Amino acid sequence: MGAGDADTGLATAWAATLGRELRRAGRRRGETLAPLTFFALVIALFPLGLTVQPERLAGLAPGLLWVTALLATLLSLEALFRDDHADGSLEQMLLAPQPLAALVLAKVLAHWLVGGLPLALLAPLLGVLLALPAGSYLPLAVSLALGSASLSLIGAIGAALTVGLARGGLLLSVLVLPLFVPVLIFGAGAAQAALVGGAFGAHLALLGALLALALLLAPWAIAAALRIAING
Amino acid sequence: MWRAIHRLGSPAIFYAVAGRLQPWCWALAIALLLAGSLWGLVWAPADYQQGDSVRILYVHVPTALLAQSVFVLLAAAGGVFLVWRIKLADMLAAAIAPFGALMTLLALVSGALWGLPTWGTWWVWDARLTSMLIQLFLYLGVIALRGAYTAAESGARASALLALVGVVNVPIIKFSVDWWQTLHQAATFSLVRPPSMPASMWLPLLVMVAGFYAFFVALALTRTRSEILRRESRTRWVRERVARTTGKAAR
Amino acid sequence: MSFRLEARGLDCERDGQRLFAGLGLSVADGDCLLVSGPNGSGKSTLLRMLAGQLPPQAGELAWCGRVLRHGARALRANLLYMGHAPGVAASLTPLETLAWYQALRGERGDDDARLAALEDWGLGEGAGIPAGQLSAGQRRRVALARLTLTSAPLWLLDEPFTALDRDAANLLEERLSAHVRAGGAVVLASHHVPALTVAMSRLALGESPRPDEVAV
Repeated sequence: MGAGDADTGLATAWAATLGRELRRAGRRRGETLAPLTFFALVIALFPLGLTVQPERLAGLAPGLLWVTALLATLLSLEALFRDDHADGSLEQMLLAPQPLAALVLAKVLAHWLVGGLPLALLAPLLGVLLALPAGSYLPLAVSLALGSASLSLIGAIGAALTVGLARGGLLLSVLVLPLFVPVLIFGAGAAQAALVGGAFGAHLALLGALLALALLLAPWAIAAALRIAING
Repeated sequence: MWRAIHRLGSPAIFYAVAGRLQPWCWALAIALLLAGSLWGLVWAPADYQQGDSVRILYVHVPTALLAQSVFVLLAAAGGVFLVWRIKLADMLAAAIAPFGALMTLLALVSGALWGLPTWGTWWVWDARLTSMLIQLFLYLGVIALRGAYTAAESGARASALLALVGVVNVPIIKFSVDWWQTLHQAATFSLVRPPSMPASMWLPLLVMVAGFYAFFVALALTRTRSEILRRESRTRWVRERVARTTGKAAR
Repeated sequence: MSFRLEARGLDCERDGQRLFAGLGLSVADGDCLLVSGPNGSGKSTLLRMLAGQLPPQAGELAWCGRVLRHGARALRANLLYMGHAPGVAASLTPLETLAWYQALRGERGDDDARLAALEDWGLGEGAGIPAGQLSAGQRRRVALARLTLTSAPLWLLDEPFTALDRDAANLLEERLSAHVRAGGAVVLASHHVPALTVAMSRLALGESPRPDEVAV
């Protein structure tokens, strides 16, 4: 009783939640891979709609890759809490005797591991399609890896706020796209700077700072949003 | 002081106090706006570079300032509502959010109108205009989220939280957009800060800004009062009040 | 262990309709409370309030004499709440679901115990297949298997008899009685009056005249 109540088990609960999310993602491969497919498909459309001239494509490539990756992340966000809300698991997670912000962080980490990180790894391959010079592959991938983690964290706030709503998907994009702007600016900026041979360190540092801030604040906001949304 | 704030938190008391304040606010707003408009649009000198188009300044600057202050107030009200569960804060937030969105839209439109004679085009991806556009979407999100919930209480709390998240992000967005612009456009003409503004221009501007703020306060009082009546319509004090006024009207 | 959950002066209003006002109740170890009432009378809402999930418009909860802020952990550490949705993810197996629920309470548990619990509820066969392939009643049984495994003393069960066949319902009644006899407590929202072998107090919602109708 008393002090003994709320103490232990956070590590157990956290690891179990992360494992559960990864397992769920692995079981529903179609849904997990959909954002990656979307990413590749849309990138393949740009040369068809814009131009096939390598030098013009290369100039646009960082922006195109970044905006498309951002939209792919947005697409995957709607499902972040949806099934858990529908089958009642979310309600149970909110009632767990653990800090909700920590559990939510495990869910977001899983979302990034199966969403943002693969996007970052795939981006250089798609960069080839857009005639992106090899020198900018690494900054592109690093900027996407850092940036998509922030996108997952910020986007999860929107996903939590709209989880119980009937047409939450459209509203979700209205809520989170404005908040994605700084990440897009610094992320695409890093890739662009690398393309023109400039210094991209500052961009990456700013992306890192954004991620640190998001890590610090977003879990609390997500937790608060879930506690509100669960009562629909 | 603390107790005074708590007393004001009661809708009934706020309704009465605001009712007494609001005619004064409206009078002040109308006087300032009239004086400012005349001064700014008629008497103030035209700019030697931009000519009469500089007079858009007298609308653009106050609306842009209000667009930002209303968002901060919206978030502050949201915070008060979430932490202390003071319903009045939410009524205020519900009352001012559409006005803030309108001011943001006006700032954008006046900026675009100003852009045509100055830059020769309606829209330039100027840092201020860009952040203002993003802020408009933030406003729309806050308003839409409230309406999307079927349970009014949850909608209010959700939109309060979003306003708080938004207000943390506004400076970051501003910083990122400024930074982005310094990279993309080396030196454009800055809208609001002409090298040095003569007193004949900034004095009327000051009056206009004060007028817009007075207008905002008056409108916020009026709209919050009607929001109070709408939500508290089943409470005893509203019923008594309605009975008293209708009784007076009958006599 | 002795404990007590108290609710004082709970008000609930939904969509402009007053469901209950000034409601007080107290549940301690060895108590069983049946909340009954017609559809829409606020049974589920009351249970969600008691779980700390839904902040009441007025009133407060106290756990062992200490007033709880919204969603306090002292209560949640001792609580098992079961709502309308069973909380069984379609893509996970019942064993995985039970393991996660144990882990949320900081307990590791082991698969043998979890399997035994599932067999207890007649689900030995389905323990290792994704719950999406189970029927609604079977998923409900997976959720009920948590009752066998949990160490939480206070159970808040919202319509637990939904989708259960006669055998499972009998088993549930048996388990509820045993839990109360062993010093646990149960709050039950149900249309069905369960046949328990322990004393059961009742709270009827939506039957007494509503306070605001009286006041005018």
